[in-house]
Amino acid sequence: MSTAETTPPPKATPPEKVEASAPSFEKSFIDQITNHFSDDVEVEYIKENRTRVNVKKEKIVDVAKFIKDNTPFDHAESVTGVDFPEDKEIGVIYHLGSYTDPAYSKQVLALATRVPREENPNPGNDSTKLSSLREIFYSVEFHEREIFEMLGVYFEGHPDNRRLLLPEDWADLPPLRKDFTNKGR
Amino acid sequence: MTDKLIPTKQMPPGLQVDQVDDRIMTLNVGPQHPGSGHMRIIVRIDGDYIVDADPDPGYVHRGEEKMAEARNYILNIPHLERPVIHDSCNILYPYVLGVEDLVGIEVTERAKYIRVITAELNRCIYIQYWLAIYGIFLGHSTMFMWPAGDRELLIDLMEKITGARVTHSYFIPGGVRNDVPANFEDVCLRQVNYFEKRIKEYADVFYDNPILKARTEDTGVLSREDAIRLGTTGSVLRASGVDYDVRVKEPYDVYDDLDVHTNVLKAGDSYARSKIPWLDMIESCNIIRQALEKMPKSGSIRTKLKPNPKGKDEEVYRRVESGRGAAGCHIISKSKPEPYRLKLSVGSFRNLIALPYLLKGEKLGNMPAVYWSLNYWPVEADR
Repeated sequence: MSTAETTPPPKATPPEKVEASAPSFEKSFIDQITNHFSDDVEVEYIKENRTRVNVKKEKIVDVAKFIKDNTPFDHAESVTGVDFPEDKEIGVIYHLGSYTDPAYSKQVLALATRVPREENPNPGNDSTKLSSLREIFYSVEFHEREIFEMLGVYFEGHPDNRRLLLPEDWADLPPLRKDFTNKGR
Repeated sequence: MTDKLIPTKQMPPGLQVDQVDDRIMTLNVGPQHPGSGHMRIIVRIDGDYIVDADPDPGYVHRGEEKMAEARNYILNIPHLERPVIHDSCNILYPYVLGVEDLVGIEVTERAKYIRVITAELNRCIYIQYWLAIYGIFLGHSTMFMWPAGDRELLIDLMEKITGARVTHSYFIPGGVRNDVPANFEDVCLRQVNYFEKRIKEYADVFYDNPILKARTEDTGVLSREDAIRLGTTGSVLRASGVDYDVRVKEPYDVYDDLDVHTNVLKAGDSYARSKIPWLDMIESCNIIRQALEKMPKSGSIRTKLKPNPKGKDEEVYRRVESGRGAAGCHIISKSKPEPYRLKLSVGSFRNLIALPYLLKGEKLGNMPAVYWSLNYWPVEADR
């Protein structure tokens, strides 16, 4: 596996071209998800072994449950929270992987959603909320706690929404928001 | 635990107060306690037995991810290896691979082999450091001295290659920073062969030691199902019988040309978890020997990068096998010289979730054996 596959495409056309060439292996579970949820999800094949599912925040639990029950993806490797101030949204991206099925061991499925972002955040008490996936993918427990403190996304249904890495008395903005600036820069 | 955390009065998230039982004693292990590293474990004990353990990381949180957003792709290299300076090559690896995808450059064949060799050397250096700590916390001072001493062999070798003892900053997008010294192959082969002979002797003093076995076998057992469900990685996962190693499952650079054996044990206890890294070191020696044989003897060690390169407008998620399990790097790029968002998903942070499960029901005296068997590095988990 090297960068060899990713270099050639000319800059203007990449997305459609790559989408068309989704290999049959990835196509099987991409179709499975799109057939079941039709308009609610947007599945895109990004490149070899990487697929992305964009979903509305209301549907994330249903989609995650479907993926857990019907495909071999069994754990979350990583959960990224990312701030998009110009869209007034915060993105949450779950990277799912599979340990049980060797055929899927290369695959990483990114389950991405966006939640509304408040100009003056009040973590836990504003509209920046998302249903927790902790009951479905147990491994997201600490990742979701981290995103709650770092970006202010409150995970409804998470049993343990406490601070993880930040000090208990942190009273500033959630630090990974773009409007929080590093001191001295 | 979940019932207790629901407060009687609605408190803001993060400020909930825990109600404590009379019978249960709460014990804070850390953050300054040498038995926990820079991390606190809040242990609730009933007599001698642990009822509940609550890991509290964050004492060495440095905001690496936030810092990365303000620096360009090259300036990010030295500070991103700080979370695990003992394993600096492996923690940088996914970042460098990701940046190569974003910038779109090829790596030369010789650089790929040099990377694999230094990554494996670095893995051994890290595991030796961890093993020394594991030994001393089980009261086995020989197992502190031996790995700490033998580690110097490879550190000297890495110093010859990279110019620095621990913080190498050696990998850069496009290759490696500088070439290996003359007669590197011979020196490396000699050191690695001697190193392998040495670490095999650890079996006599440590791994076959009845005292160690009595203390670690059947303590902190993690079943295969739980290991998968909790999303553990690296030695924790492989000690529970799951055959998963990123080097084999999703080979990067030249790992697909090399014969990499995955060490798997079925027991899932602290003994198995402590043995896997040691077996990994022996496997690393095999990989290094294969790589030295196949490495092109001459050629360019890096592809020149434009100054201040801009990433494409896309996301990339790359992962490698580090000393503590899979290390992933998720970079969101917005056609700027700096990453828009960089997330490190590291083995220590992912394995931490297993700690409360493993400690529940154990005796307090078994805590160091279980905790350190997780191959946990507090600084890496905090980032």
